[in-house]
Amino acid sequence: MPDSFPRKADDKVISGTFSAPLLEMRGVGLGSDGRRIIGGIDLKLAEGQRTVIMGANGSGKTMLLRLIHGLESPDEGNVLWRGQQLERFARDRQALVFQKPVMLRRTVIANIEFALSARGITGREKKRRALDALEMAHLSHLGLKPARLLSGGEQQRVAVARAIACAPEILLLDEPSASLDPASTALIEELIGQAHRRGVTIILVTHDIGQARRIADRVVFLHAGSVAEDGPASQVLEAPRSDAVKAWISGRLYFDPPQKNDT
Amino acid sequence: MAETEGIQKKTLSDRKNVCAIIFSGCNHPQNSSLDIVLKLCKFSRVQEILHISMGTIFSQAIQLIITADAALLEIVALSLRVTLTAVGLSCVIGLPIGAVLGAVSFPGRGLVNVTLNALMGLPPVVVGLVVYLTLSNSGPLGVLQLLYTPTAMIIAQTILVLPIVTALTRQMVEDLNAEYADHFSSLGVRLHQRVAALIWDGRHRLMTTVLAGFGRAIAEVGAVMIVGGNINHATRVMTTAIALESSKGNLELALALGVILLLVALIVNGLAMTIRGSTLRAAYA
Amino acid sequence: MMRILKALPFVALFVFGLTAHAMAQDKFIIVQSTTSTQNSGLFDYLLPIFKEETGIEVRVVAVGTGQAIRNARNGDGDVLLVHSKEDEEAFVAEGFGVERFDLMYNDFVIVGPAGDPAGIGQSDNVIDALARISAAGAPFLSRGDDSGTNKAELRLWDKAGLMPGASTGQWYRESGQGMGATLNMATQLGAYTLSDRATWVAFGNKGDFAIRVEGDPALFNQYGVTLVNPDRFANIKAELGQIFVNWLISSHGQELIGKFEVNGTALFFPNAHRD
Repeated sequence: MPDSFPRKADDKVISGTFSAPLLEMRGVGLGSDGRRIIGGIDLKLAEGQRTVIMGANGSGKTMLLRLIHGLESPDEGNVLWRGQQLERFARDRQALVFQKPVMLRRTVIANIEFALSARGITGREKKRRALDALEMAHLSHLGLKPARLLSGGEQQRVAVARAIACAPEILLLDEPSASLDPASTALIEELIGQAHRRGVTIILVTHDIGQARRIADRVVFLHAGSVAEDGPASQVLEAPRSDAVKAWISGRLYFDPPQKNDT
Repeated sequence: MAETEGIQKKTLSDRKNVCAIIFSGCNHPQNSSLDIVLKLCKFSRVQEILHISMGTIFSQAIQLIITADAALLEIVALSLRVTLTAVGLSCVIGLPIGAVLGAVSFPGRGLVNVTLNALMGLPPVVVGLVVYLTLSNSGPLGVLQLLYTPTAMIIAQTILVLPIVTALTRQMVEDLNAEYADHFSSLGVRLHQRVAALIWDGRHRLMTTVLAGFGRAIAEVGAVMIVGGNINHATRVMTTAIALESSKGNLELALALGVILLLVALIVNGLAMTIRGSTLRAAYA
Repeated sequence: MMRILKALPFVALFVFGLTAHAMAQDKFIIVQSTTSTQNSGLFDYLLPIFKEETGIEVRVVAVGTGQAIRNARNGDGDVLLVHSKEDEEAFVAEGFGVERFDLMYNDFVIVGPAGDPAGIGQSDNVIDALARISAAGAPFLSRGDDSGTNKAELRLWDKAGLMPGASTGQWYRESGQGMGATLNMATQLGAYTLSDRATWVAFGNKGDFAIRVEGDPALFNQYGVTLVNPDRFANIKAELGQIFVNWLISSHGQELIGKFEVNGTALFFPNAHRD
């Protein structure tokens, strides 16, 4: 593993300056069964930023996330990590929270510890971080309960806390509070806030404008597989320039050509 | 004397009509509950004709158990020893192999799966013959002198149980893997961690797999008969004892032993279920 | 903790099973013999006595005569004890056995249903009885498995000048199984069958069947004992095997064989000619 990528300390605070892109996508495209899901994506993400990716169903948001994370390889274009081709090790620097929380059939704390072991963290450090994560999620009292017996909201909190415990440089979240009640949603957003304060770059996919307003520094709006608009949150959400965003905000953009792999 | 002859004649012609009696109701268009009751009455008549008595069977079984018949204990102990060892070995070999096959994608996977599933249906007597020929004094491994020992029986039963454990583990792991694939990929889990995690995660289902293997082994007679030789006090197990008593015409004793074999299987399964844990834990399967 | 305790018996048996083979192996020999000899109970009677006197354990593998001889030809036994003189002599002639000794004899009987469809009654003429069975087309069940009993049966048909094999599947059927299983089937089917007396006497499911033909000299059934040739195979326990063979044909062993009875009937008649 190259030593030129030092791990961040958990409590280092980053100011939101736009330095050399942490992640860059150049002309990225991906198709399936002859249909293009996503195409011509040019994107630059800086450290410490909170980027929200929005779009109607089928616009390719989830696929974009999977491309950033390295779970899919693009058919065209490049995904670059600090200027270099995105390799497997870069995935270790990221953590992804799925739309539906994935819990192993074991206790809550065992789930967190499993993720930490996979990342190479063992022993006392592993235990410390696991307990830390539980506390962060306000779930210390449920540590020994079988994870699958928790409610949806609780499981998702565990998933987010688990991701943060791995100390990633980028935290990717795919509609984490899509099916949750406002209380759980608020807790999830608090967790995201904590992560941000620790210097983690956030990439959040959501279709909740309110959530975007609360969290985003920057918004990327996807429509029919390409970027319709990309800019500071205040601008995109309050004074959109593209028709797509305008239509969507007013509730008129509710049909996107059906694509695979995007819910 | 004439009377006994008369009864004998009657029983003989009755016996010839056994099949007719059992199946007489089958062509009836209506199948009311009355028909079912009638069939049950005819079954007890069948017992009478074949000179089998359910009562004798169960009382013999109970007597053997209560008096802790030494011969019985010996064959039960050997049955359990051979089968449990075979199942244990099959798990040690089959669980990891099955888990790897289920977790990893490789060319020719489909063919391997089909073959593995087909091997679950290996005929015990064929396995017995092949193992016999291998361990025979004239065979390639004759020098080991394992023929007609419990070890040979363990080997034969392991061969029978191994495909079951491997194939069912593979299926279970493949299903679980599909569930966790993205998560594992995201975490960068290495193969051995993945296999271990999947085996542990599917531990409840694996218990059923192991019990399926146990059932197959404890019930088979073809393989252990040929490689063990059914030698008294040495390689006689429950199933071969049943075959022996049956060939001697002692049908009731054979069935009584069969009842005891079922009981043993029940006890083993019951114990396994308590090890598995409460249903609450099983609920998060 | 409880779960570990519950798993212990299984683990213990597993480990025990693995190590069992390493455990002490006393002096023992393997005898390839037939199911009919085994089922008569002769071995259960003789072998404990032999063990007490010599300390040698005799392990009997009881299968069909053909299989017993085949196993011995593979060297998977130290002694061969069957009742098929021609095959035993061939066994020795081809170098698989050291020497064959006459051991004992018993006789065959033909058993049949109470109804007696062939009208045999109680006869001591087996050729005549077979002719009646064939003429009446009465059901007859053969072993059909190349065993000593089966070969004897076929020789008898031959002597009677009949070829029942031509009617196989009709009144003449072949079970392809051992004596006990064949008797089970015969009593169910109401068919005549040829059995060795020992198995018949010990058989537990006679139904209404009885002996129809006995006492004909043609029904004589000779048993022989042969030591497997140690020069032919490695690992033959020739010394121990020879002790067993000698014991059987000694006057002591012969006396014991003669004393063995079931339901008050002696089943075997010792006739080893000790020169």
